[in-house]
Amino acid sequence: MDQLTCRNLKLGYENITLTEDLSFNVEKGDYLCIIGENGAGKSTLMRTILRLQKPLAGTIEYGDDLTASKIGYLPQQTVVQKDFPASVSEVVLSGCQNSLGMHLFYSKQAKKEAQKNMERLGISDLAKWCYRDLSGGQQQRVLLARALCATEKMLLLDEPVAGLDPLVTNEMYELIKKLNDEGITVIMISHDIASSVRYAKHILHIGNEFFFGTVEDYKKSAAGSSYLEGSSPAAGNSDSKGGEIK
Amino acid sequence: MNTLVTYLAYPFVRYALIVGVLIALCSSLLGVILVLKRFSYIGDGLSHVAFGAMAIAAVVGLTDKMVLTLPITIVCAILLLWTGQNTKIKGDAAIAMISVGALAVGYLLMNIFPSSSNISGDVCTTLFGSMKILTLTKSEVILSIVLSIVVVVLFVCFYNRFFAVTFDESFAKAVGTKTNLLNLLIATIIAVIIVLAMNLVGSLLVSALVIFPALSAMRIFKSFRSVTVCSAVISVICALSGIILSILLNTPVGSTIVVTDIAAFIVCIIIGKIRG
Repeated sequence: MDQLTCRNLKLGYENITLTEDLSFNVEKGDYLCIIGENGAGKSTLMRTILRLQKPLAGTIEYGDDLTASKIGYLPQQTVVQKDFPASVSEVVLSGCQNSLGMHLFYSKQAKKEAQKNMERLGISDLAKWCYRDLSGGQQQRVLLARALCATEKMLLLDEPVAGLDPLVTNEMYELIKKLNDEGITVIMISHDIASSVRYAKHILHIGNEFFFGTVEDYKKSAAGSSYLEGSSPAAGNSDSKGGEIK
Repeated sequence: MNTLVTYLAYPFVRYALIVGVLIALCSSLLGVILVLKRFSYIGDGLSHVAFGAMAIAAVVGLTDKMVLTLPITIVCAILLLWTGQNTKIKGDAAIAMISVGALAVGYLLMNIFPSSSNISGDVCTTLFGSMKILTLTKSEVILSIVLSIVVVVLFVCFYNRFFAVTFDESFAKAVGTKTNLLNLLIATIIAVIIVLAMNLVGSLLVSALVIFPALSAMRIFKSFRSVTVCSAVISVICALSGIILSILLNTPVGSTIVVTDIAAFIVCIIIGKIRG
């Protein structure tokens, strides 16, 4: 069943078009990696899917009872969060915002949900810790738990491993795979081609070249083979760059 | 001690204490959000705007200056807080511009159209607060009490949403929280607090009231809730002791409160260091 269908999307800002005529669909349980050069419009695409900004043209349809606000979003970390005095449980609980509705405070059920997701990601013993005292990998787990509170169906991850060391990066990928195996659809922006090809089911390549299809087809395609050949140094470079920006 | 008891017999001293505590409470609650949103300086900017507005009100000859200062400050707060990432003039530059501009225009107006014989005294009072204990009319006191209660109630009601929008605005927006509306609310509340607080400590010292308790609390506590509560407690204690000290030592009330806030900040740094 299609959870997300994008047709002829044109993305960008007022007078700058980043990408045009973008069509793809995401099925239930899919694992899609979005790949492309810096400035190709990957983050813009993600923001458009989340309805944080409007597409310049084209349509996005949500299926399977999914709405934009029921997608779990893992944004890139901001400067503000670095020294934010908030406990892990406060951050995770804030993922239940969409269940607040007209209520002022979180329900017991929301609190249970937050607890459950902390256990799911193995961070329940950190519940009282301060977010700013955690390591990069632990912080990403917290934000992932928060994203899970917002959704039962789909996760949107914006470079979830940027700035993490190789060991923690692998743990993060395995964690995401586990969630995907449990039936949650994953859409991820990534600079790490090697891991994308290893874990994803479908690849969406935007920018200078366009590709949408299965991983097997991507390896054979022009876009894929040129990227994969230069993958080890190129992927390494862009990864460390992503880390530095933060 | 006897002096204090004698003073407390006067209604204007009791008014000053009540209003002082309420304003300190409100400003510290919002202060936590502003500091974390990287808007520490907005208090300063807005208070200068309020100074400019007050000068205009004096020139026009309004008896109740708040009628003019409050709306103007609210509009500026909304403009400053609402400017997104894509504006031509970035947040800090916009604040600096509006703040200095309003200060200059206000002072200029006061000089061109002098409303009293003692301009420098007037300016000094608006900038640094009353020289002695503040003298408030009963209607000012009632207005302050009502507005403070509204601010506290709003803060408690929207506590969870304020946290969400401060910690991660894009996430909050993505899951359907009305972040624009919340930012608007925060801007309005902060403008109200600043106009109220100007009476107490003067426009130059308003930021101290907003940021010091929040920064002090952040040294010690590790969760948003405890930081907020601690900030409110510190602020109220400092305001109370500051007002009382200013009466006993015969010092200007605004700067005395700020000095107690600084002292509390130093104490908190030490406690934070000891706790590791």
